[in-house]
Amino acid sequence: MEQTPTKPIIQAENLRFTYPAAGETLALPVFENLNIEIEEGSFTAIIGPNGCGKSTLAKHFNAVLLPSGGKVWISGLDTTDEARLLDIRRQIGMVFQNPDNQIVANVVEEDVAFAPENLGVPSPEIRSRVDDALKTVGMYEYREHAPHLLSGGQKQRVAIAGVLAMQPRCIVLDEPTAMLDPRGREEVISTVSRLNRERGITVVLITHHMNEAAGADRVVVMHKGGILLDSSPREVFSQVELLRKAGLDVPQTTDLLFSLNGAGWSLPLDALTPEECAEAIAQAMQA
Amino acid sequence: MLKDITLGQFFPGKTVIHRLDPRTKLLILILYIVALFLAKSYLSYALMLVFLVTVTLLGHIPFKSMTRGLKPMLIFILFTAVLNLFYTKSGRLLFEWKFIHIYSGGVRTAFFMVLRILLLICGTFLLTYTTSPIALTDALERLLNPLKKLHVPVHELAMMMCIALRFIPTLIEETDKIISAQKARGADFETGNLLRRAKALVPILVPLFVSAFRRADELATAMECRCYHGGDGRTRLKVLRYAKLDYLAFLIGLALLAAVIVLRHFGL
Repeated sequence: MEQTPTKPIIQAENLRFTYPAAGETLALPVFENLNIEIEEGSFTAIIGPNGCGKSTLAKHFNAVLLPSGGKVWISGLDTTDEARLLDIRRQIGMVFQNPDNQIVANVVEEDVAFAPENLGVPSPEIRSRVDDALKTVGMYEYREHAPHLLSGGQKQRVAIAGVLAMQPRCIVLDEPTAMLDPRGREEVISTVSRLNRERGITVVLITHHMNEAAGADRVVVMHKGGILLDSSPREVFSQVELLRKAGLDVPQTTDLLFSLNGAGWSLPLDALTPEECAEAIAQAMQA
Repeated sequence: MLKDITLGQFFPGKTVIHRLDPRTKLLILILYIVALFLAKSYLSYALMLVFLVTVTLLGHIPFKSMTRGLKPMLIFILFTAVLNLFYTKSGRLLFEWKFIHIYSGGVRTAFFMVLRILLLICGTFLLTYTTSPIALTDALERLLNPLKKLHVPVHELAMMMCIALRFIPTLIEETDKIISAQKARGADFETGNLLRRAKALVPILVPLFVSAFRRADELATAMECRCYHGGDGRTRLKVLRYAKLDYLAFLIGLALLAAVIVLRHFGL
């Protein structure tokens, strides 16, 4: 396979998935004919109301769930190919919502070592990978601590380190900040965006927090098992009415500008940071 | 209240005893227990006691923590002592009152029995006090490795033990939360007879079990995502290796057992 920089690392084609029917209830497909490509090195946020299939989609990205129809390719590997399962999973690291339920060992460094141990990496290399991963997420001083004594944000950073130790090309985070306080949220998001910027690791962030999504390169809005919008954060969040109809919020800055427009102003809706927002309002007031 | 529960409490340290390979410590404990059950005389018990005290001192383990650990066992120890005192009918009759007869043999057996239990418990405490739980599970896995040939799921058992240890504090915290939540809804755990109190536990146990199963499910997915596929081809971050110190310690353990056997042979 040729490796070009723009080649998608994740590629889903005509994806269809139905959870196995329980009892008499009719099994409804979670999604049908879904197509999505994630470029290598990109930072993509996936947003959408509860039950729209975000987490189900994420689980297709590392073969935890297999498609009922269509195909998913991870850098050219078909996820249904069982012989390449470990090759797929070591490339796509997954971080889940509840940090407690993804930490395996009762010492931080032993937990981070879990993935490379599973992959059969020689001991000295595990050591260097663990140290490197813990330093990257800023948890090296805590390497001998018990995980249950850490804060939520710290636990989630340990979970990210545990995934980093596999040396993945892409990290998929499924609402990693949903159970954290604002400080923990900030710790996790800044760690993730640094990994994307400095190490070129592809990031797919599933989130409910629009401000987190606003920091991505690309925002995918899912609704009822389909893709409603897929564009840059500026373009996506300026579609305020469409997003509200889908039951979604917009960042506070966009919300303010939209309300002002409703009161007779004519402001651009694509100002995402507070600074840009303030600038836009100041300009409109001068005019 | 539940936070006080300590299971296999570990005192981190860097003493000789801490630095021993966990496998060595486990094997020495086995030798120690065998010796304990073979010991029959004052002299051999004295030898065992000296061994125990030396190890405790070398490991910098405070004697206070030993006695604190023994407290829950007190009833059991007293019960054994009383039983042996009253039911051994050998030697001279020392004391007689109605149906109670105490013989000199009874006093001797009771004394040895109590000493044996104390030494046994303190010996196992020394192992858990100086060895981290993860090192201990690792040692068990390595020592039981030959049983894999007999299709004993050694790796799986060790993994289960490791995960259980990891989740004990998490589940205790959760139990505390559920108790508070049920109390806030007017649940009463403190009054009523035994049956009533036992019934009051149901609204704690049901949510606890439900959440434990959900956790297990999520953990299994997370483990799969981190490429877990059983024990085959797995490497370890910390590889256990026997050092000179371990051979020396093992020799001392063997010497202890040999001494006790010799003493027993000569009836001392």
